[in-house]
Formats: sequence, C-alpha cells, structure tokens
Amino acid sequence: MATEAAPYGRVTQKAPAVAEVHIVWITAGLGCDGDSVSITAATQPSIEDVLLGAIPGLPKVHLHNPVLAYENGDDFLKYWYLAEQGKLDPFVLVVEGSIPNEKIKKEGYWAALGTNPKTGQPITTNEWIDRLAPQALGIIACGTCATYGGIHAMEGNPTGCMGLADYLGWGWHSKAGLPIVNVPGCPVQPDNFMETVLYLLYQVAGLAPMIPLDEQLRPTWLFGKTVHEGCDRAGYYEQGDFAESYGSPKCIVKLGCWGPVVNCNVPKRGWMAGIGGCPNVGGICIGCTMPGFPDKFMPFMDEPPGARVSTSAVGAYGRAITALRTLTQATVNKEPKWRHPRAELTTGYHPRSY
Amino acid sequence: MSTVTAPTKEAPTKSKNLVEMNWDPITRIVGSLGIFTKIDFANRHVVECHSTSSIFRGYSIFMKGKDPRDAHFITSRICGICGDNHATCATYAQNMAFGVRPPALAEWIVNLGEAAEYMFDHNIFQDNLVGVDFCEQMVKETNPGVFAKAEKTMAPHGDLHGFRTIADIMRALNPFTGSFYREALQMSRMTREMFCLMEGRHVHPSTLYPGGVGTVPTIQLFTDYLVRLMKYVEFMKKVVPLHDDLFDFFYEALPGYEEVGKRRVLLACWGSFNNPAVCDYTYKNMTNWGRAMYVTPGIVVDGKLVTTDLVDINLNIRILLGSSFYDDWQHSETFVKTDPLGNPVDKHHPWNQSTIPRPQKRDFGGKYTWVMSPRWYDKRTGDHLALDTGGGPIARLWATALAGLVDIGYIKSTGHSVKMYLPKTTSLPEVEFEWKIPKWSNAIERDRARTYFQVYAASAALYFVEQALEELHSGRTKTWSEFKVPEEAIGCGFHEAVRGVLSHHVVIRNGKIANYHPYPPTPWNANPRDVYGTPGPYEDAVQNTPIFEENGPDKFKGIDIMRSVRSFDPCLPCGVHMYLGDGKVLETRHSPMFGLQP
Repeated sequence: MATEAAPYGRVTQKAPAVAEVHIVWITAGLGCDGDSVSITAATQPSIEDVLLGAIPGLPKVHLHNPVLAYENGDDFLKYWYLAEQGKLDPFVLVVEGSIPNEKIKKEGYWAALGTNPKTGQPITTNEWIDRLAPQALGIIACGTCATYGGIHAMEGNPTGCMGLADYLGWGWHSKAGLPIVNVPGCPVQPDNFMETVLYLLYQVAGLAPMIPLDEQLRPTWLFGKTVHEGCDRAGYYEQGDFAESYGSPKCIVKLGCWGPVVNCNVPKRGWMAGIGGCPNVGGICIGCTMPGFPDKFMPFMDEPPGARVSTSAVGAYGRAITALRTLTQATVNKEPKWRHPRAELTTGYHPRSY
Repeated sequence: MSTVTAPTKEAPTKSKNLVEMNWDPITRIVGSLGIFTKIDFANRHVVECHSTSSIFRGYSIFMKGKDPRDAHFITSRICGICGDNHATCATYAQNMAFGVRPPALAEWIVNLGEAAEYMFDHNIFQDNLVGVDFCEQMVKETNPGVFAKAEKTMAPHGDLHGFRTIADIMRALNPFTGSFYREALQMSRMTREMFCLMEGRHVHPSTLYPGGVGTVPTIQLFTDYLVRLMKYVEFMKKVVPLHDDLFDFFYEALPGYEEVGKRRVLLACWGSFNNPAVCDYTYKNMTNWGRAMYVTPGIVVDGKLVTTDLVDINLNIRILLGSSFYDDWQHSETFVKTDPLGNPVDKHHPWNQSTIPRPQKRDFGGKYTWVMSPRWYDKRTGDHLALDTGGGPIARLWATALAGLVDIGYIKSTGHSVKMYLPKTTSLPEVEFEWKIPKWSNAIERDRARTYFQVYAASAALYFVEQALEELHSGRTKTWSEFKVPEEAIGCGFHEAVRGVLSHHVVIRNGKIANYHPYPPTPWNANPRDVYGTPGPYEDAVQNTPIFEENGPDKFKGIDIMRSVRSFDPCLPCGVHMYLGDGKVLETRHSPMFGLQP
C-alpha cells in the first residue's frame, strides 16, 4: 500500500486547473444595480457559498463588486487598474446595465465609474469595457440591460444605449475563446445567475466542457423552454378557461401575459426558494428576459396579438398555433433596430441640447 | 426671494493646509456616487464637499407617449433595491389619474409587500453594507484605539443578543466571515420571500397593477407570510439591543461623535401604507387620506412639525437647477396651471418639469452632476429648503411621532415618541420598543432609526395580516377594480421608498403619457448646490463633519465621511462617487471657494 495515496474520500476529486479567480463586476452601465441586489438573494448557490469555498472543486474566488466591496474609491478601483494591466489574471468580467452610446454627443458622459487622475474627468463605463474586455477570461452580461439593452434602450431614449454584444460585436470571443455569456432577466433571477457563474467556474477549473449557449448567447438549460411550458396555470389554458380580471387563479393570457412566446424558467423555478414568479402567481409575463423587451411587449396590459388566435382555437389547431408562435417568438427574440454602436441616435428622440 | 437656508460651511478658515480627498466610487451603496472633499487635517474637519453622480438614463424622456398603464412596470426599473416602491408609487399616481379605488384586500396585500421591503432592505443595508463601517476590520484600520476600548467594554445588552463585548459585535459584522453578517444576509432572503408572496418578484414586482393586485388571496398566502414574519420578529428582538449597544458605544468612545454627519433638522416624509377605509385616491381628499396613512407624512424643520398635508407638500415641491447637467425649462410647455383644487402650480413643480439633458465636462466650480436639486418652498419664510430624508427611517419616525395620529394596537404615536409592540415568539417574550426623538439629526441617529423602523415595519405587518385575514374570512376576496384610461388626466402618488420620500407626477393627454416625473429620495439627499448656492444634504452634512479617524492623510480611509454619507442610505442609480486622492496639499489662497484668505 503506497503511503502517498490520497485518502479514499478524495480519490475522485481534482484540484482546480486554476487556483484563484477574480470576478470584476461593473455595475456602472445604465442600470439600477438590481442584478447585484438580486444575486444576494441566491441560495443555489449563495454568494457566500462561492466566496467561502463551500462547493468542492472550485478555485478560490475573489469578488470585486461595488455594492458589496469592503474598499472604497481608489482602494477599490486598484483591482480595475490591475485587471487592465493584465496583473489580475485570470478574471471574469461581469457587466451590469446597458451600454450607452457616448459617440452621439460632443462632450460629457452618460455613464462613468471613477475619476481619471490625469484629466480629473470621470472614466466612462465604455472606456472601462474597452480596457478590460481584452484581458478577461470571459464576460458575463448580467440582466436584460447588459444583455440586450432593456428598459433604458426603449424607443425614444436619449442615450442610444444597447446590449453588450451590440457594443462588442455578437461574434466577440475572449482571449480564452469564450463568447459573451448572456443571463437576461429584469432583474436576473438570482439562482439563474449564480448557477451560470458556478458553471463557468467549473469550466475554468477544467471540470466542465464549454458552456452550452443558444443564438442569443443564453445558457440553454436555463432559457430553452418558454414561460408557458413551465407555468402551472397552463392547465387552465388547455381547458380554454381564462381569467377576465386580475387576482384570478386561472390563465392570464387575455390580460396581457406573453408567456407562450417568452424564453424563461421563472414560473417553473419560482423567484427565490420556489416562491413567487410571474404568471404562476398572477403577474402577467412582460417578456423581461427577451431581446425585444420592452418595446415588442408594450402596452403590457393588452392581450398579446398571438394569444387571441390561440385562446379561441386551443386544442383544435395545436400545430397551427405552434407555427404561429414560432414566428412571434422569432420576432421577440430580436432587438429593435435602434440599438447599435454607430455614431448616430436613431431611437426617435431628437435632442437640441447635445 | 430665497436665501441660503443653512449656514454655509465654506467660511474662511485659518488653516493653510487643505488636502483634497476624493472617493469615487463610494461602494456599499446602490448606484454611482462620488464625494469630493477638502480636508483640514490640522483642525481635523472637512471644509468642503461636492457630491456627484455619473449616470443618466432619461426616464422622463423615453416615457413620453407611452401607455400610462405601463408606468409602474417601467418606473420600477429606476431602482434595483427599492424598485417595488417605485412601482407602488406609480400605481398610486395611476389610481388617481384613472379614478379607480382598489378593493381593501389589495391595499393590505400591497402594504404587506411594502412592509416586507422595509424589513428586507433596511436589514441588508444596515448589517451588510453600513455595518462594515463598524466592523472589526474597519475599526482596527481606522481607530485602533477605539477597537482596544471595545475589547474591554462589556455590551450592556449582551444577555439579549449574545455578544459579550462590543468588540465581539464588531467581529460578528466582518464581511462574509462574521456570524451576524451572515445571519443578516440570510434573514434578508427570508424577508424577500415574504415580499415575493405579496408582489411576485423582488425587486421588480410582477403582480402590481393600477386598480389592485394580481396576487391570489388564499389562506396559505397569509400563513406563509405570517410564519416568516414571526421569525423576523424574534430576530429584531435581538437586533435592536445589539445596535443600541454598538451606537451608544461610539458616543462613549469618541466624545463629540454626535457632530459626525450632523445637519440642521430638515426632514421630509411623504407617508406610507394607505388606509383603504379612507384612501379613495382623489386629489380633493388627499389631505384626509394622507393623514390616515400608517406612517404619517410630514415636514420637520428645527424639530417642529410644519405640515402633515399632502396637498401642501405636493404644491411646494420645486425642482431647481444650478450645478446639474440640464437646461432650464422656463420656455417649455406648462402642463398643469392649477391643481384640481384650483391652486396654482409652479413652473418648477414636477408636473411642469421638462427634462432637457446637456451632457458636458464636469466642473466643480460650475456644473458637476446629473442630479437636480429638489427643494421645498417654505411659504412662511420664502426659503427653498434643502430637506433630507435621513435615509428614510429618522424622518418617518420623527414625523409620525410628532403628529400623534397612528394608533393601531401594535404601534402608537405619542406626540414625542413612537411605541412599537412585538408579541411573544418561539424563545422570547413580548417586547415593547420605544423610539424617542433624538437630540440630533446625525449619522448615528439616522442609523439607529433604521433599526427601529425595521421593528415598525414588522409591527405594522402584524396589523396588516390581521386586517387582510378579516377581509378573506368575510369573503371579500376581490383584489382588483376595473378602470378606463381617461383621455386627459393628472395624477400624483406619494409614498416612502425605503430610503425616504418618493413621489410620482403624471400628466395624461390623448390617453398617453404627456409628462412623467418621479422624485425618489436620493435626488433630495445627493443633490448639488442649487441656483441659490445652497448645498445638497450630503454636501452639507459632510462639510459639517469633524475627523475622528486616527490615520493621517497618507493612510486616510475617510471613515467618518463614509459613515456620514452612508447614514443617508445612498441609492444612486442616479447618484454619487468617492475617490481617495493622492493626498496632495492645496494652497488654500488659490482656492476661490474660500474667499478671503490671509
């Protein structure tokens, strides 16, 4: 018996391929910090599970997130500067908030973090992305603002903002060969995000293959089904029994629910600890995980155009409905055309002051 | 005519060595905040402060022309920690504009959701964000002498909360590794579950609508909430004495600490928790239903209650510019000339505001932030008062205490204090806590009030559960009232976001939003010098602050400044940064802000 042999309990465990990983988290997009707040609600895994090494096989994780950081000001930003210089290697960049178009005006800034010591002016969020993206092992866009533009990229917006992939390019790959990973949701469902982080950490550790993503760069196991497919009110739908007023336990498609064409697992998973959600608890699905959000779902409280056909023909025309839905789903899976990085504002707002 | 309402702290100083110290970003808050200061280390105080925010999104611009029913879904996204406060406030404004009154049960469900929000949000902010400023690691780095004293100081209420010394409390607050830090984080999840029961999702709710809620009222819904609530009640019986011990210790260990973050008592509260028996959402009855709220609206100036009338509060809101990146709207359309009672509405009232952004370079001598300067016009004196919210709780408790209107069994306002009752729980007997009006509006009292308001929210929730169950048991289970969107209407909503006053102001024309301006608490707190030169509350409070930190300029953390700013519970998805400068010494005579210098 070799004395060097590992104790029996450790024989299947592998040391992570990378001992330590940093997570550099930019919340300074045009957002609300709601995704950072959301992840503090996660329990599968929780933020402290990941940071305190409570899950086997993970590298040691150092988190640099402004909502949770111990440090302030330059003490905090030193990690940003190290990352930019390639001295915080490896790190995963998390981006929260939509990316404004800083090219549509003469001067000033829409979004910034920290002060440039040379000029005394704020360092724009876009400049940080330009500095950090080439050095990052991978980038996660957290929440619908960062993934596709979201609320702040609504028609008529003054900032010309967009999703991260619109800004960096949909074909962007990190120096390690990873595409952008999009975890949409407004805000992001807490466990959806932490589970994606966990997967990527396993991948970094050499314990998991390339993360499976769909065309919109979403993890397939989280966004591969529709709201409707996971909704416990779908039985009412099948019976053609629809709610006529809010507060009813029946199917609410006639009241504005877009569940049949929206890629999201929230009714199935609940919001946290299996509690809450959207149509499963009486809240119409407004499509907040989708590239077409919010414009293609507004006004939210009107019956979606597809629902009318479906609700009157349910049962009899199953196949036809599926085909129609696929069309609608393809439409709402596309962003509106005004979300782009060109040096022009095409949202419909016509500024005279910049 | 307006005057500077607080004595300016920019008076000439005899010191020759001012050090420029900036923190950008200020972390452990929500959003983007920078604090730029000049500090006189010889005399150990902050001489000048500017507060700046580096984000602009443009809600008031992109909401124009949209369906007014969408307002609460959209405005929830203003804030990632109290988005539901916005959604709720928006439904209040929609209800007024649409002329709809939700069923009583819907109001109790919203009140329960909002109570859970206060319980969650104050909890996570106090113990996971602010608490770090009082943790072992921070106190050791900034005031090793104070930490040594904490090791020797027994916690007066150790028998109630389980920590023997003050240093033990500080250790428990260390981020992630501290036991109380982790317990609080876990508790913040349970309260969010309570929230999700009532409003569907945190932080952007799914089940709120104009006219009521989509939440399905069942026995199970309220049982699931109540069981969790009682666990929180037990938790708070330990947390109040824990924080009292910690905060009292700072006064004792650092004599004069009451000056940190102190400013004139200029507190605003817009009221919270509507009473469905009184609230019909009409503007004409707003004075009455405002006073029936379970947190009383009020403005407290120098310790005196100036008004509790929401109409008075509404009409005298003024949005000023001066140091913000916007053009004035003097020549834009006046949307509302008179309110529904016939009172004239000012051009600088949110109903008549037009947001015209003008991005430009940051200049602390000119324009330096995206935050505007909300003020309240005091018609007695002609002052535009730079009211603050003190982070919410201190203003809510102060206004409620003085008004003497709330008396619901679990909570009683006495005219000079607020008494709150918590019933027996698993391992602890019934308890009464009393919040008494403090001597100062300062950092420590803002923080202390936050803990007491967590109790207030829990006590109120106990009452709301009883009321909701009474509706349910009586078979009144409707949660939504039908409405039609009018072609032309105006509306306003008044609420308390977690960190203070929140109002939404909407104008509807041709069935669409013609103008929409939300006023959250942070613009009230984080604003810059206005057109009259009056600094915003953060600036004012920091400029007042003495320095107790033991470090000199080279290792300076600015902890007293951090405690001052964080006591306001900054939430700046529209707001403020702190950047630690390199400690260069300025020649004060070159600084035009200081006027006459030797």
